[in-house]
Amino acid sequence: MRIVIAEDLALLREGLIRILRANSFEVVEAVDNGPALIRSLTTHRPDVAIVDVRLPPTFTDEGLRSAIEARRQIPGLPIMVLSQYVEQIYARELMSDRAGAVGYLLKDRVTDVDQFVASVRQVATGSTVMDPDVVSALLTHRSADPKLLELSPREHEVLTLMAEGRSNAAIAARMFVTEKTVSNHSNNIFTKLGLKPSEDDNRRILAVLAYLEG
Amino acid sequence: MTRSALAQRMSLLGWSLVLLPGAVLGAVLATLWITSISIAALGAGIPLTLLATVLVRWFADLHRQWAAARLGEPVPARPYQPTPDAGWPVRLWTILRDPATWRDWIWLVVNSITIWLSCGLSLLFFVCGVVYLTYPLIYQLTPSQVFRTPMGEGFRLHSVAQSFGLVPLGPVFLLLWYVTAVRLANLNARVIRALLGPTEQARLRARVRQLATSRAETVDTQAGELRRIERDLHDGAQARLVSLGMSLGLAEQLLPNDPQAVKQLLAEARESTSSALTELRDLVRGIHPPVLADRGLDGALNALALVNPIPVTVVTRLPGRLPAPIESAAYFAVAEALSNAIKHAQAQQIRITVEFAPHHRGGAAGELTMLVSDDGRGGASIDSGTGLRGIVRRLAAFDGTLTVDSPPGGPTEVRMSLPCVS
Repeated sequence: MRIVIAEDLALLREGLIRILRANSFEVVEAVDNGPALIRSLTTHRPDVAIVDVRLPPTFTDEGLRSAIEARRQIPGLPIMVLSQYVEQIYARELMSDRAGAVGYLLKDRVTDVDQFVASVRQVATGSTVMDPDVVSALLTHRSADPKLLELSPREHEVLTLMAEGRSNAAIAARMFVTEKTVSNHSNNIFTKLGLKPSEDDNRRILAVLAYLEG
Repeated sequence: MTRSALAQRMSLLGWSLVLLPGAVLGAVLATLWITSISIAALGAGIPLTLLATVLVRWFADLHRQWAAARLGEPVPARPYQPTPDAGWPVRLWTILRDPATWRDWIWLVVNSITIWLSCGLSLLFFVCGVVYLTYPLIYQLTPSQVFRTPMGEGFRLHSVAQSFGLVPLGPVFLLLWYVTAVRLANLNARVIRALLGPTEQARLRARVRQLATSRAETVDTQAGELRRIERDLHDGAQARLVSLGMSLGLAEQLLPNDPQAVKQLLAEARESTSSALTELRDLVRGIHPPVLADRGLDGALNALALVNPIPVTVVTRLPGRLPAPIESAAYFAVAEALSNAIKHAQAQQIRITVEFAPHHRGGAAGELTMLVSDDGRGGASIDSGTGLRGIVRRLAAFDGTLTVDSPPGGPTEVRMSLPCVS
């Protein structure tokens, strides 16, 4: 799998390259600023881009804005954004074009290497992965919604894991139940939230997140 | 409109009846004061001077209030220097050295003249108007010798019929009174303001005092903030890094013999880095939220609204980015007011309105107004909690203000403003 990395801190950039190479990804280019990121993405067209939110030259949300701009030029380009902080407002902007996979994770999630690598693969294959912090904030924000109140605690848990981009198998393993139970739960969730069931993982997550966003 | 305009003039007429005798009283006070000073050398004059001073200042205060109400301005602060808690000669000396004392005295003298030109003239116009309008009646009711010469010796009335000739003068004088009443009263108020208001020097002195206070508070707050950051770093992230080092050291030692234990230690070490990062993140958010740096006040407030359990509407009208210290102060003030509302108000809906108005009070600076309103149970006040008082202190460093309108039962509106250059 071909990857472009944008990270301005050399230590972290090297660390990311090391982790990804050790897990048999091909890092085609590693850049350290916004304009270079757009150039690199349009040239290499990688399977997934891993982007730090804060990049030179502005040192604000240059990375995020460059990624969104690159995706305008390459529709559907999978993007995984890493950040020292997660902000719902950024998650919303990332998903605003409703096309293609996005990931939005706290930088420290990288330290759980297995989970991080799995997340990168999921985004590359078209799923959406949200940081648990974003998901829990979204759920708290919407907790007054009567539709969400109808969910049982178990279903709530499944919804959260789903929004984090986990597959039914992963959710089953995490909750110590069978995959069939998870799929029952998810069907109930879709019914209660008034969403049409779909086989497509990516659309499922997008639909859930779209609902949570309001 | 005419009704209230007339009522205003009638009330000014009433005031003339108070202020005119007041001017006489003022002249008496001035005489009393100057007399008591001149005999102060004899000793007996000292307490009398002090008493006269208290009376003069009380009398001047009444006029300050009247002038402020007339001109629609806040009542100016008393310009007097504080009297020391010492012996009478020292107090007398302080009073005599205070320029405000002499300005009071000058005002007493000037006022006894100007009051006749303003209130007196106004009253005269009115009385003339009424008298001329009712001249035939007065002529009829009084002994024939009394009101025969309404305009001096040159013109003598011989009958009631002739006296009707004077009636048209009534409306002329009443019109004159109506047109000039407010202006004359304002003139009087301006004289009072000029002589009894704080001088430029006194104003500067008060401003310096206020700045010194707010600077002391700012320095205190900053120092407290630095102590908190130091403590949080020391007890949090730093301690976690030490424990991380210890776990890794032990893992290194155990590696050849107990790979299982090493795996456990490494997992713990990773946990430690996560916790340290979480703590650092919270700390940084408390110092300067990254989203504020990235997106400015508008973006940061929207981000703040997104993560709240109560629906929050944000409306901003800002001319792009404001200076960083202003953005920061405004952000934390709104965030604190918002968390106050969430914690105490039991509101269903919160609304944040932030607006920038350029050229405030005609100066070069603009004004940033922040409104946090909720439909909760009300009863919030600056005195009741530390939250709002903290905001007041934060804003004071920028000459900002905070007012709370929160009747019991709600709704609550917290209005904050910051003067700033955009």
